[in-house]
Amino acid sequence: MHKTLDRITRRTALALAFGAACFAQNAAAQAAKYGPGASATEIKLGQTMPYSGPASAYGTIGKVEQAYFKMINDNGGINGRKVNLISLDDGYSPPKAVEQVRRLVEQDEVLALFQTLGTPSNSAIHKYVNAKKVPHLLLATGATKWGDPQNNPWTMGFNLSYQSEGQIYAKWLLKNKPDAKIAILYQNDDFGKDVLKGVKDGLGAAGAKMIVKEATYEVTDPTIDSQILTLQSSGADTFIDITTPKFGAQAVRKAFDSGWKPLHLLNNVSASIGSVLVPAGVEKAVGAITVAYYKDQNDPQWKDDPAMLEWRAFMGRYYREGDPKDQSNLYGYLAAQIMTQILKQCGNDLTRENVMRQAANLKQFKLPLLLPGMALSTGPTDFFPVKQAQLQKFTGTQWQLFGELMNTDAR
Amino acid sequence: MASLDRRKLVGVVLLVVLACVLPFVVGNYRVFQFTLVLAYSIALLGLNMLTGYNGQISLGHGAFYAIGAYGAAILMDKAGFPYWATIPIAGAICFVAGFLFGLPALRLEGLYLALATFSLGVAMPQILKHEALAKWTGGSQGIVIVKPDPPAWSGLSQDQWLYFFTLAWVVVLFVFGWNLLRGRIGRAMVAIRDQPIAAQAMGVNTSLVKSLTFGVSALYTGIAGAIGAIVIQFVAPDSFTIFLSITLLVGVVIGGLASIWGAFFGAVFIQFIPNIADEISKAAPWAIYGVVLIAFMYVMPTGVAGFLRLVRSRIARRRGA
Amino acid sequence: MNLFIHQILSGLATGGIYASVALALVMIYQATHLVNFAQGEMAMFSTYLAWALMQAGVPYWVAFALTVAGAFVLGVVIERVVIRPVENSPILAVVIVFIALLVIFNSLAGWIFSYTIKPFPSPFPAEPLFGNSYVSSHELGSMAITLVVLLLLFGFFRFTPLGLAMRAAAQNPVSSRLVGIRVGWMLALGWGLAAAIGAIAGMMVAPTVFLEPNMMGGILLYAFAGALLGGIDSPGGAVLGGFIVGVLENVVGVYIGTELKLTVALVVIIGVLVVRPSGMFGKVHVVRV
Repeated sequence: MHKTLDRITRRTALALAFGAACFAQNAAAQAAKYGPGASATEIKLGQTMPYSGPASAYGTIGKVEQAYFKMINDNGGINGRKVNLISLDDGYSPPKAVEQVRRLVEQDEVLALFQTLGTPSNSAIHKYVNAKKVPHLLLATGATKWGDPQNNPWTMGFNLSYQSEGQIYAKWLLKNKPDAKIAILYQNDDFGKDVLKGVKDGLGAAGAKMIVKEATYEVTDPTIDSQILTLQSSGADTFIDITTPKFGAQAVRKAFDSGWKPLHLLNNVSASIGSVLVPAGVEKAVGAITVAYYKDQNDPQWKDDPAMLEWRAFMGRYYREGDPKDQSNLYGYLAAQIMTQILKQCGNDLTRENVMRQAANLKQFKLPLLLPGMALSTGPTDFFPVKQAQLQKFTGTQWQLFGELMNTDAR
Repeated sequence: MASLDRRKLVGVVLLVVLACVLPFVVGNYRVFQFTLVLAYSIALLGLNMLTGYNGQISLGHGAFYAIGAYGAAILMDKAGFPYWATIPIAGAICFVAGFLFGLPALRLEGLYLALATFSLGVAMPQILKHEALAKWTGGSQGIVIVKPDPPAWSGLSQDQWLYFFTLAWVVVLFVFGWNLLRGRIGRAMVAIRDQPIAAQAMGVNTSLVKSLTFGVSALYTGIAGAIGAIVIQFVAPDSFTIFLSITLLVGVVIGGLASIWGAFFGAVFIQFIPNIADEISKAAPWAIYGVVLIAFMYVMPTGVAGFLRLVRSRIARRRGA
Repeated sequence: MNLFIHQILSGLATGGIYASVALALVMIYQATHLVNFAQGEMAMFSTYLAWALMQAGVPYWVAFALTVAGAFVLGVVIERVVIRPVENSPILAVVIVFIALLVIFNSLAGWIFSYTIKPFPSPFPAEPLFGNSYVSSHELGSMAITLVVLLLLFGFFRFTPLGLAMRAAAQNPVSSRLVGIRVGWMLALGWGLAAAIGAIAGMMVAPTVFLEPNMMGGILLYAFAGALLGGIDSPGGAVLGGFIVGVLENVVGVYIGTELKLTVALVVIIGVLVVRPSGMFGKVHVVRV
């Protein structure tokens, strides 16, 4: 009796085990789905970067991202697959961007586009990419129009949107300095105008009285000293500075040297201590305010931060020729971390549809290089991963966060 | 320029046939690239007329390319014109613009003309971005153009259709240009380039011819810009920086001054060599491009067309002698 | 009114930058009758070499001298090695070689030194003269240096036999050879001097605009315009042209608005040239049949 029971049990167990094994194998074989650019061993991503031309300073972002994926690959890849990031030069020229993206999609057949840089280039390709249903992720630009799942379901931005940044400055001024006389300097392109729009929208009706002078500059202008003088003569006591690093440094220096010394609201792009404030002269930037959503590596307060040390080790090992003081090198690392998370979430379903699904499925994803307390989240109708930021003030040696983590009106 | 003899005619027809077969043997991406080559060749022929045949240097032809491109974009986007109608209109607008620019530029020679055209090329993006025009031009954001669909009967893909559309324009414009250059006006242009005072003494109305040449040259480049805009499906001020003007000049010289075929060689060069340079060196691709430029100028200072002409005459001489 | 004076002075300061680069352009034109579009990039590259020397601990004036000498040698080498083979080619072929040099130097600088901006030291004191808030000591100092270089250049061309030989070689190479001038070496010398002047200009410019590979792009355009406005064969005219362009640019920016600053400034310059096609102080060339 006992023996028969044993035999039955053993047979059942064996049968169950066998059935389970078959099921598992079947399930695994079914679950591994590959779209273009993905296989059991490789995931292909594509991007265009301005390695030459007027925006070549940002080319380092592409390089740091390639270095990051090399590190990932050295450590086994993502779910056992190596990531191949194909990075092409578009010289910040929209026609070239179109050509290179068509090559990535039609010849190289990448799984997804990642961190294509520049609003003009992205404007040129987004219709094509959406028509071809290729995930167009984590665009390296803060233009607000990239969070529009209804019209561009395959495009998702990353940066804190420029308009949100402008609005933060405006709202802060309305609350803390409502009688400010504001002078604004902005780069005469989509970036400058986008932040400006945010500022004006944020100020609302009060803006007409508060903004006393605006001035623009071109990227080809050698200096902006003349514009600073014009703004100074308007009698403004608050200066909203929407510039890129070289001009931000000039603005910081001239606003001090000319004796103006206004309350300086410096936009995030030009807030790097290493690339902007040190060349300008840190003593001239004391009191400047900016918005941030990730840590500045030149900030002494993060000197022993474990995530920062990890980043430095990465730079030393995988991207020696990169400048550790350049903010872009931290930004690119962060973006690559998010992409890695999206790919991880895909598991074995590496189709373009699933990549897009997972990109729109970031639930409170925390990254240690973001500001303390921040988390990224996206959803089917929410294509703005970064929706929080905090203001910080420059003390002469570091950016000091103040106030609280704000939720931006992600539009 | 001698009239076309039997052999040359056969050669040209063969090339056209080859060009027609091309889009069916390569993928859509390559067809797209070759369509750009054809568009550039129209622009280069235009610039060649001005610089090669008429001796007036232009470092700012990108501006006319831009005007043509924006013309097509605005007509399609804001006025609902069909894409094929925008091409001649863009050409006409550029003809007028070129002619008007050519009038004051008459007084400038060599370096000074170079500066004037250079300024035009540099100023164009700023003008395009200006608030006053933003209602039409879209300002810094630019204009997105809808890609035209091929007619149902053709059975072609969008890229293939655009290729043939461009090829048709190339044939028309090149035949027209060839006729123009070997006629009286063409001879007047060359005469003005080589011996302006003698030409004037012989009764050539130098001012009119020079301005007309500017106009026609701008017309060609404008049409190329319009086609380019439709193929790329996007225009923005950043697409038309001074670098475009310099690239066009490079194309004309590499291809060969005062040569119609030179336009094709030049177009192939400016379209593909930067990509090849990128493959060779990721770190400093433009340094490679520069080295290639210098190498070309050492070996063929009169351009590819000039080099071929030299080779052909040497062979003919050896055969004849 | 205060703003107006401020802008004029600021314009003179920027104009000084343009004037110094314009001098290099004039130098190369006097020697070769060609305008080297790569002048700006060569100047930028030389400035990077100075920066590298200073990073290695070399004191400022030593690095300055070494850089100027090094730039001179670089200019000579480029002329002998790169330009010589196309000397007798059509002009546009030479222009393409200039463009190639421009692109090569820009690309190399970006590759070797990266694109992040670098501060470049100024030899002049940080405090403005007499504590004024109009022009910094550096701006005054660089203007002074530009004028000194201008005087040296003027003296060189006017009063030295070598200068005369150089002008002859550029104007009439055939006859010059007949009188025993080594035309080839005159050209090389011209390039060397132009490169040296460019290096000085670069080192004066960099403290104001920050050192980066694209630093010279915008400046070259204005310097070119200034040189032609003043007359490309007149060093004094070119310097004056540079200052005028600087002031004009600022004044237009204030009164017409910064959005069309570049366009309007260029239109004005072209307008002047249409009226006086050889520039304000240039020699009018008579062309014979």
